[in-house]
Amino acid sequence: MPFGINPKAKLVKNLFAADIELKPTRDGYGLGLVDAGKKDAKVVVLCADLSESTRSHWFKKEFPARFVQIGVSEQSMAAIASGLALAGKVPFISSYAGFSPGRNWEQIRTTITLNDANVKVAGAHAGVSVGPDGATHQMTEDLALMRTLPNMVVLAPCDMQETKKATVAVAGVYGPHYLRFGREKSPVFTTPATPFKIGRAEIFRFGRDVTIVACGILVHEALKAAEELRKKGIEAEVIDSHTIKPLDAKTILASIAKTGCVVTVEEHQVDGGLGAAVAEALGAARPVPLERIGVQNRYGESGEPIMLLEAFGLTSPYIAMAARRATARKAGKKVSEVPDYMAAAERRAVELKKQVISEALSRAPREWGGKKGNIKDLIKKSK
Amino acid sequence: MPQVTRQPEHLHDKKLKQLEERAMKIREDIIAMLTEAGSGHSAGPLGMADIFTALYFHVLVHDPKKPDWPERDILLLSNGHICPVRYVAMAHAGYIPKRELMTLRKFGSRLQGHPERVRWPALESTSGPLGSGLPIGAGMAYAYKYLDNKPNRVFVISSDGELEAGVNWEAALFAARNRLHNLTWIIDRNNIQIDGYTEDIMPLESLTEKFMAFNFHVLEIDGHNIREFVDAVEEARAVWEKPTVIIAHTIPGRGVDFMEFEPYWHGVPPKRGEEAEKSLAALRTLGGRIVSEHE
Repeated sequence: MPFGINPKAKLVKNLFAADIELKPTRDGYGLGLVDAGKKDAKVVVLCADLSESTRSHWFKKEFPARFVQIGVSEQSMAAIASGLALAGKVPFISSYAGFSPGRNWEQIRTTITLNDANVKVAGAHAGVSVGPDGATHQMTEDLALMRTLPNMVVLAPCDMQETKKATVAVAGVYGPHYLRFGREKSPVFTTPATPFKIGRAEIFRFGRDVTIVACGILVHEALKAAEELRKKGIEAEVIDSHTIKPLDAKTILASIAKTGCVVTVEEHQVDGGLGAAVAEALGAARPVPLERIGVQNRYGESGEPIMLLEAFGLTSPYIAMAARRATARKAGKKVSEVPDYMAAAERRAVELKKQVISEALSRAPREWGGKKGNIKDLIKKSK
Repeated sequence: MPQVTRQPEHLHDKKLKQLEERAMKIREDIIAMLTEAGSGHSAGPLGMADIFTALYFHVLVHDPKKPDWPERDILLLSNGHICPVRYVAMAHAGYIPKRELMTLRKFGSRLQGHPERVRWPALESTSGPLGSGLPIGAGMAYAYKYLDNKPNRVFVISSDGELEAGVNWEAALFAARNRLHNLTWIIDRNNIQIDGYTEDIMPLESLTEKFMAFNFHVLEIDGHNIREFVDAVEEARAVWEKPTVIIAHTIPGRGVDFMEFEPYWHGVPPKRGEEAEKSLAALRTLGGRIVSEHE
């Protein structure tokens, strides 16, 4: 097999071009709900006062009688959905991941997974790329929460297209499923022809030297990292592991048997999510050098989404650094105690904060103790 | 260090007028700050500007220069998304330099999109996900009343839509069970939430009867009338057998005519340029139903 993008993955042609289409993964959820609703009259959608943000309002528009507004009540929403499921419906519960499953974990555990009720939990606004809303709304622990529950299938699709497929797919299989997606626009790089099956990881790029296992919007960053690595003579195999549970250990371990080292990539705490799932699989079957790209045991914060991804060390340059470190370890070379991809991201975060804050303060109006005009000037259309 | 005076200060007409003017200035700064940030919530902060002004400039025992002063009253903002009004009121009170208002929601700022205690301890508690304020407030009030025998008062501000979160009612049971008279719960009753009108999404009425049934002392006021609010807070101070809840009827987007009563403005700021300029003009003219000295 030659190295490079897997032709059978049917990814878009302009994969790294500036004109790649950008759409939020939550749009895929909204579109998928409408499709699932058309296919099956049993599909009902519940929402906890966030219908526009979660895009469940598109389903509401199409099927008003099958849309259930719950209000700010995520705990009862989970249990009400269980009731609807036990009465034969296929309910999707929609909110921000921070609130559902963040707030209603016990209701999900007892009334949905322990009951084996056919409820689909949809968590929007996952990851730090939520942006300015800050840590309370940037959910980075949901995969860990959901992954520990027996009977739960956990999915984090990579773009709008795949989120749509995942939404339609989970409606068609019995049992509790968790779907995670994000707020911001991100590259749409898979196509309707890209294969998708719950529980089967897809190899998006063939390589030889290192395996990169990624989920969510960062799969595209992993592909970009592989492109950067290629220029340095390192061929990375990139796997879209959209299903975190059950993990497709077979595909991942087969790739690692070839490459001998692995990097995991996720917009989630490094503990408890995809990186942990891969580490568990490796530990049980085939320990090899592993580097985990993710949120390094801290909370998110306010900022522009793209800047946050960079400052948290989740973008392609950091993934490439981790890949080089993994290959160096495989070769038995000495590496720094603190991984360079972590140290570099921390330095970058400090630098970016300084830039952003001093730029903002430099434009403060006189009424606020600054030097530039008044607040009326501040809110004028920028030149 | 201010003298700890817990006797109510009389609200003279002159001071009332100062507070009303301050509230309008706070509204202007909210608009400017949100416009600069480019995201954030407009309706709630504008609606609560009068109450926040009254709290920080008349009601609370506090010291902006010593935010961790052990004798201070506690203010918990449960509906964290309206934090712009708190940030501006605190800047006016001297907690931070006003120029920091430029940094709202930016990378590296203390002024997070939702309040974060660890980054700015004077905020007392982190909030955003709804329903945290009353239980935390009840815990603090319990500690003051029963464990430390201290006179500090605890104020909690929650939104009306937030009452749909069951945890509020669990904490209300606890507060009433323990007769937490040092706890005053202020409900921003503006009848909107992000998906629409509260009474359409999930009807809350009759709220007064609900709170009475939960054994709270219940007061209803016009949330834009600073004197009514101050009177209600003083009445709460005199009630020893129960916690008090003040239902403050407010107009979301108060002061900016095209934002008032519109659920659309719950979660968005005015756009830089025309929208923001119109908002500021509305606040400074009769569009905001006040005569201003600024124009």
